[in-house]
Amino acid sequence: MPEELHDVSLRVNGITREVQVPGRRLLSDALRHDLALTGTHVGCEHGVCGACTVLVDGRPVRSCLMLAVSADGTEVTTVEGLGEPDGGLGPVQQAFSECHGLQCGFCTPGFLTTITAGLRENPCPTHDEARDMIAGNLCRCTGYQNIVRAVERASELIAEGDVVGEGERA
Amino acid sequence: MKPAPFAYRRPTTLEEALAVLAESPDAKVLAGGQSLVPLLSMRLAAPALLVDINRLPDLDHVTATADGVRVGALARHADVLASAEARACQPLVALALGNVAHATIRNRGTTVGSLVHADAAAEMPVVLRLLGGSVDVASASGRRTIAADDLFLGPLESSLRPDEIALEAFFPALAPGAGVGFEEVARRHGDYAMCGVAGLVRVAGGRVVEARAGYLSVSDVPTVVDLTDSLADGVTDASLAAAGEAALADLDPQEDIHAAADYRAMLVRHLTGRVLRAAHAHATDERGEPDHA
Amino acid sequence: MTTKMFGTKVQRVEDQRLLRGQGRYVDDVGVGAFPGMLHAAVLRSPHAHARIVDIDVADVLDVEGVHAVWTHEDLADAMAEPLPLLIPHDALTHGRTQYALARDEVNYVGEAIAFVVADDRYLAEDAVERIRVTYDFLPAVVGIEAARAATHLVHDDVPGNVGARLDQHVGDAPAAVAAAPHRLELDLTIERSACTPLEGRGTVARWDPDTSRLQVWTSTQTSTGVRAAVAAKLGLDLGQVDVITPDVGGGFGVKINHPWPEELLVPLAAKALGRPVKFTEDRREHFISSAHERGQVHHVEVGFDDDGRLLGLDVEFWHDHGAYSPYGLIVPIITSTQLLGPYKPDNYRVRFESLYTNTVIVTPYRGAGRPQGCYVMERTMDAIAAHLGKDRAEVRAANFIQPDEFPYDHQMVFQDGRPLIYDSGDYPTMLEKIKALVGWDDFETVRAEAAAEGRRLGIGLACYVEGTGVGPYEGAHVHIETSGRVKVATGLTSQGQGHQTVFAQLVADVLGVPFEDVDVVTGDTRRMPYAVGTFASRAAVMSGSAIHLAATRAKEKVLRIAADALEADEDDLELVDGEVRVKGAPGSSMSLGTVAVLSNPLRYAFDEASKSATQFSVGDPGRPPVAEDDEPGLEGKDFYSPERSTFASGMHAAIVETDPVTAEVRILQYAVVHDCGHIINPMIVEGQIHGGVAQGIGGALYERMVYDASGQLLNASFMDFLMPYVTEVPDGIDIDHLETPSPLNPLGLKGAGEAGVIPSSAVFAAAIEDAEGFPVTAMPISPSELFELRRQHASQPASQGPAPEEQS
Repeated sequence: MPEELHDVSLRVNGITREVQVPGRRLLSDALRHDLALTGTHVGCEHGVCGACTVLVDGRPVRSCLMLAVSADGTEVTTVEGLGEPDGGLGPVQQAFSECHGLQCGFCTPGFLTTITAGLRENPCPTHDEARDMIAGNLCRCTGYQNIVRAVERASELIAEGDVVGEGERA
Repeated sequence: MKPAPFAYRRPTTLEEALAVLAESPDAKVLAGGQSLVPLLSMRLAAPALLVDINRLPDLDHVTATADGVRVGALARHADVLASAEARACQPLVALALGNVAHATIRNRGTTVGSLVHADAAAEMPVVLRLLGGSVDVASASGRRTIAADDLFLGPLESSLRPDEIALEAFFPALAPGAGVGFEEVARRHGDYAMCGVAGLVRVAGGRVVEARAGYLSVSDVPTVVDLTDSLADGVTDASLAAAGEAALADLDPQEDIHAAADYRAMLVRHLTGRVLRAAHAHATDERGEPDHA
Repeated sequence: MTTKMFGTKVQRVEDQRLLRGQGRYVDDVGVGAFPGMLHAAVLRSPHAHARIVDIDVADVLDVEGVHAVWTHEDLADAMAEPLPLLIPHDALTHGRTQYALARDEVNYVGEAIAFVVADDRYLAEDAVERIRVTYDFLPAVVGIEAARAATHLVHDDVPGNVGARLDQHVGDAPAAVAAAPHRLELDLTIERSACTPLEGRGTVARWDPDTSRLQVWTSTQTSTGVRAAVAAKLGLDLGQVDVITPDVGGGFGVKINHPWPEELLVPLAAKALGRPVKFTEDRREHFISSAHERGQVHHVEVGFDDDGRLLGLDVEFWHDHGAYSPYGLIVPIITSTQLLGPYKPDNYRVRFESLYTNTVIVTPYRGAGRPQGCYVMERTMDAIAAHLGKDRAEVRAANFIQPDEFPYDHQMVFQDGRPLIYDSGDYPTMLEKIKALVGWDDFETVRAEAAAEGRRLGIGLACYVEGTGVGPYEGAHVHIETSGRVKVATGLTSQGQGHQTVFAQLVADVLGVPFEDVDVVTGDTRRMPYAVGTFASRAAVMSGSAIHLAATRAKEKVLRIAADALEADEDDLELVDGEVRVKGAPGSSMSLGTVAVLSNPLRYAFDEASKSATQFSVGDPGRPPVAEDDEPGLEGKDFYSPERSTFASGMHAAIVETDPVTAEVRILQYAVVHDCGHIINPMIVEGQIHGGVAQGIGGALYERMVYDASGQLLNASFMDFLMPYVTEVPDGIDIDHLETPSPLNPLGLKGAGEAGVIPSSAVFAAAIEDAEGFPVTAMPISPSELFELRRQHASQPASQGPAPEEQS
């Protein structure tokens, strides 16, 4: 018996996308495999690592802990939506590059989305707040030192003129 | 790690949701999904039907009145944590919520969902129980209120019937003269605690008239122990130590892969003292914030 | 003027795609591009040890969307044989490897039994659930103690569960220990852990029936290794198989082992079904069906003089190899040799047994046996200092190989089968640096101040030497295009080390081209079919050297052609900003692109520039257009194959605070002094150190594989396998460098990738021991375990430092 499919309409990075998915399809899989937005990565599929973090209606959410069908009608921002409209890197991305905040890059999209939302809420974090902002994401490569620096650098870049999420076509 | 197939319904009225549940014995309710979806993905849970209640109206409230804090079934942990009114009304809720997983999980996970998931390692069930709160639930055959003492039956087992939906949790307000505290020791920041303690102390006429502590991760169900007797003659190092011993008499900490039973027992003693001391300090300093230490 | 790139903090070129979500990891391959791609799932043994009586797959094909299922019965020829034993060794008398799909016995929870291919992974998992296997249960052998006891056997034909015994010695250690004025014995344990990259394993394959060619994308540390194995197992010519390593989400060692069952089964299925097939390992699978490391038990007998100088060192250890030994004895051999660190015991004997257990296989994890060796030696040094009441740093200094003793020959055989000869180093200077960096000499004041506040502090120090850049070789191909852009290929793979950046730095320096004009490809057998792989901190040394050599060859050709064209002497030419210039003659120059045009005599022009290379424009009609000893094109290709490894070194120190009640350990300071020879990109090297330190903290204080007696892994999730978050690593890691260049390669390089993780268990055991006043001999250590140790020692008088048993 074929599985029942559900119509799901999402606004992803500012573009309305329609997919048909079974109820059990995880949002992470729908983004990656149905919408071909492979920038969102799946590291554990039980909500611990944070690699799959996307913004749902502006809030960081584990896309592996959400059913795609539950996300119907929401506004989703993935790493692909964090750049500047002209194709340049957004402030958080730029800061990661300057500070060497990534190595293999697999966990990075989850950090970028989380920090983007975090800096929107708290544009000038203290050092401790910068550490706290990334406390729910696992990275196996960097030892986090340069990611913390990147949070602080991103805050500076934003203060210098950018606005968090300006590049987000949301 | 992909869920087994299930039917999916997303009712838009409570009546519809309850009707669907009434006719589907093997259904699960999906709210935040932060505990349920991993179980589905690991195929440790494989319901025939998932009833997604996220579209039900009027369930995302966090309201504080003189009586206490009412939290709707769709209020996310983050919303409850952010509510200044809720924090003022019953500070223990926010104190404990700050220890629930990580911020991203709190953005999606619901406080009511955490309660009815009935995990003895989770923070909110024991808080509800310590405060003597309750959960309002509904089914096609009517509504009822389940007192916290009657809610937790066993590991991951609540007294909700499969056809019921939890609509709202009620956390009673901080009574005059009362103070609260919360502390836990986890392996990593944000992990389930090896032991956590929520404490409540009420002082009247300069004397401790009520002292109780709730324990997570030390028994199969969230457990509250009355320690008033231990502190009846005042809050001292000795009486706090006695309270810790008294708490242990009512608890049976077990070994798991992160902590030996003796270590847990030590944490019970230690955290009982710290939390009751903090709660007492909070109780005796009316405008003070509870100690976060 | 082109600035020199070597030694500068160049931002990574990789970041541009990775930060935009445009990286291409193996699970991204084919998404939206390979129509009809199918997805695989694997039935894995739920039992640690059992005979397979029957496998019933009858219900599987009833699942709509399921295309095929394989069990061992369905495999033929080489595929039906055991997987290769990658690194044979005479001492590995009982090497055993698993089958791609279990034949008649399973030996660990997670061993592959059946392979299902369906329209998507969800359906494939549905199908896997329908396979029914009948088992005949056998007793499980779990842990080194059970393996040694050999009450039960993992493999019927491996007596005593002993896969290998190896013995190496220099001098007469037992006699030297017996004759020494001071003697100690120590028993030291390290538990299992694992690499756990954020991305697990994965493989995609596509068969092209028109050309009879197979394309394989796999998340590996050796594309050429996988290629050879796939060709051999599937009965294909090497030339029919291309293996492409896409972006890899971390490796740390686990992805050097190959071929994994799925790396063969995916190509097999793709060929059989005529459709692209993908397997992406999930997190639980990674815990139970990839590889672990670190589990060893060691016994040390040491004799020393009044200054703490080693007179004899006699070490015996037992290595938990898991259920099979595909990677040979590399890990225990490294422990047995790298244990020596910067020291020179006059007499050394090391013996080990490699033991089978009914657990996941053991293959190298970042550090690969060195963390265990460093832990054993450094714990021994601390014990000697405690015994003599001497400063721990002083005892170490008394045993150092001195700067004027290089090359230093330990007269042992290293993991590459070559002599263990250290090429260069300066350990006394390094010790001074680490002492200064961590505040070693002031620590007693710090400790006393903290103690006055009721806080308990301890300091630890550990030194290591790391053989890096092992052979046999790596190669590189450098191609200057007519656009002037430089295309570089090397065969080893990248897992986040920034190879595209550092290798481009090297080429930019040699060819005098802008860094941005250099594109580097790694791990693609179409571009460089001869390569070994990324392991043993060898990429910079091996491929870096090969790329330097290949670029130099290309440069030689540039100079030859340009000298001809510019009518100048080669010695008068320089390569700057993508041009060849005649020194001191402004205006007399040509672009590298033009040189590339001239390097390839043409019959057919394809653009404006190439007209100058056609037959009526160029060349001496009296000579062949391509000289006998020349080739068309502006290319350089070369290989680097050193005689032996180069030895990096480092010293770490940490100050910890242990909670007097909860026994939680807080890291107050972490300091690293590191010597990897000349540094190509300091930013990347520091990043490697940061990551290694964090991984080491995980290994010392948080991570372990918890098996129960029946062989079930109890913590096969990120909930319970406790990788550090930012909250578990120190806020700041102090780093200082020392550069003793290697004389073995043209750039003086030594490896840096694994270093950060090597001394962690030694450092934290030492620091906790120093804070607590009793020996710490088993790592990792949790608060619960430290609490238990305190109780055990509470009845005994507190003593500073370790108090191992003195031999009578």
